[in-house]
Amino acid sequence: MGRKLLLEHIDVPGIETFDVYRKNGGYRSVEKALKTMSPEDVVEEVKKANLKGRGGAGFPTGLKWSFLAKPEGVPRYLLCNADESEPGTFKDRYLMEKIPHLLIEGMIVSSYALGSNLSYIYIRGEYMWVLEILEKAIAEAYAKGFLGKNILGSGFDLDLRVAPGGGAYICGEETALIESLEGKRGNPRIKPPFPAVKGLWGCPTVVNNVESLATVVPIINDGAEEYTKLGTDASNGTKLISACGNVTRGGVYEIELGISVEEFIYGDEWCRGIANNKKIKALVPGGSSVPILPAHLITKTAAGENRLMSYESLADGGFASGSMLGSGGFIVFDEDQCIVRNTWNFARFYAHESCGQCSPCREGTGWMEKVLHRLENGKGNMRDIELLADINKKIEGNTICPLGDAAAWPVAAAIRHFREEFEWHVTHPEDAVKGNYGLLKGITV
Amino acid sequence: MKIEVTQKSRPVLSAEKMAEIQGVISQFPEGKSKSAVIRILHIVEEEAGGWLSPDTMDMVAEILNIQPIEVYEVATFYTMFNLNPVGKYIFEVCRTGPCMLVGSDNIIEYIENKLDVKVGGTTADGMFTLKTAECLGACGYGPMLQCGKHYHEHLTPTKVDELIEACRKGEIKANF
Ligand SMILES: Cc1cc2nc3c(=O)[nH]c(=O)nc-3n(C[C@H](O)[C@H](O)[C@H](O)COP(=O)(O)O)c2cc1C
Ligand code: SF4
Ligand code: FES
Repeated sequence: MGRKLLLEHIDVPGIETFDVYRKNGGYRSVEKALKTMSPEDVVEEVKKANLKGRGGAGFPTGLKWSFLAKPEGVPRYLLCNADESEPGTFKDRYLMEKIPHLLIEGMIVSSYALGSNLSYIYIRGEYMWVLEILEKAIAEAYAKGFLGKNILGSGFDLDLRVAPGGGAYICGEETALIESLEGKRGNPRIKPPFPAVKGLWGCPTVVNNVESLATVVPIINDGAEEYTKLGTDASNGTKLISACGNVTRGGVYEIELGISVEEFIYGDEWCRGIANNKKIKALVPGGSSVPILPAHLITKTAAGENRLMSYESLADGGFASGSMLGSGGFIVFDEDQCIVRNTWNFARFYAHESCGQCSPCREGTGWMEKVLHRLENGKGNMRDIELLADINKKIEGNTICPLGDAAAWPVAAAIRHFREEFEWHVTHPEDAVKGNYGLLKGITV
Repeated sequence: MKIEVTQKSRPVLSAEKMAEIQGVISQFPEGKSKSAVIRILHIVEEEAGGWLSPDTMDMVAEILNIQPIEVYEVATFYTMFNLNPVGKYIFEVCRTGPCMLVGSDNIIEYIENKLDVKVGGTTADGMFTLKTAECLGACGYGPMLQCGKHYHEHLTPTKVDELIEACRKGEIKANF
């Protein structure tokens, strides 16, 4: 049984209300930070806790905070990234829906640390009912004196607002999010300048994921020293994992970083194995953008070590035999699934979501989608497989934002590990159109 | 029943809605009211029967004191905004990987057959528009669809039937 830091009280009836949340220890970190710590102390504590950003990239939160420019007389902003659109990821919604005050508490402490007096939660437009839950909770926090002017008599003022998007994956990228929050199309900006220098309305800005900001609460409550006792040496604390695909029990789980992948997939406390007693074929452990792992690299690394749910273990082997923890979107494929079909599906996703600013991404994602579509439908040839690798190379590193890479990597990984399946689609065109490779190969190969 | 659509389909906003819109604008600092555009588009789209006509978008530009093009370019970028008339209810079925793994294709096909409509289309009686969506953040509870503000998860043909029935009976909030 792992310790839970974020979801500990999730099942307490009424935990979405201020009073119940407060009775269960809520808002202690605000009292502690505002009354006994300087903003710099808070940044230092988050640095010491070695918190890695939970939105996908895993950039150290404390370090990011320390880059924030602080010119005299210029406002600074903290933005919470609640755009959550990476396929496989649905943890932030769960947290905000069930325990909204945890995010609000984290945002108050983080805004204090950064000197932001006006902070926003940017939430994907489809989560409109979650936005309403948040606004209700924010109104309660104002009424109780945890938001507004002179919070708890500390002299610190904070206004917290929620703003919806309109349906665009790209707005999860931090500069696109800023553009969107300014009321524009979500086109990512060229960096530098980085948001830490020039972000929202040209002012220094920090963008952090929902879970990252929520995690600031236990770090401040317990102190970095206690926090780092959980997890592994390089992956501290806990992480929300959203499990989906062909598992017996999908859902959002808080794990202590460092439990084994095998335990997470098969353990009673977590996914309870593969649905319908099938075998596992592949795993995408961190959202659709991270490399897929074939069955033999899921519970063990290429070096034969146990694969753990941690940043370093999931990445062990690099792109050749590893993947990434990413956003924690844990997608499991059973033996009957077709990798070509799924690779095409993801390619279609990225082609659909490319903002269209850079030609390598706009055109490249479109081509990949088309080539994969014809392979999946038995109309491809062997050269198409090389063509995909070539398009890939032309996208990677040649775009304004990382969406291009995010689109290219999964295709490269799928071909690396499942090349024979791609080739089968070429050599068995009639079977390829009939259905899933996994189901059909039993009959035809 | 046929939906009446004219280009001049600018919704008439009640005093309450106008106040709500003012509230949204006031969430941003002086001079930054353009930031309110997305949320206002959501509000007026709901008032306008689920879609945004050029005339409705012009109205938003007037409210925010910005150029109409600034509204059009936003409305055309974000997939949630409908730029053409839609049915009384919109079903947006997630088609992305994790949902596909658990059978979203079958659900889409089932709805197409049941309602005699293709993805992107509206039923002849104007009741239902069927759309597909990319990952809606409910991957562990798929197959799923969004109708209005609500998510319908772990879909089966029976659940789809029940949802359609509930719409027909008017038990769910409609676009118009
Ligand atoms: C295409 C794209 C989509 C992204 N989507 C999200 C998202 O939905 N949620 C999120 O928190 N971060 C997302 N990110 C990462 C953000 O740009 C940013 O790194 C993150 O919000 C920083 O927060 P963190 O350091 O707390 O993780 C995305 C990045 C890219 C390139
Ligand atoms: S890489 Fe793609 S999504 Fe990113 S800015 Fe370029 S075109 Fe837009
Ligand atoms: S893939 Fe369907 S909700 Fe995420």
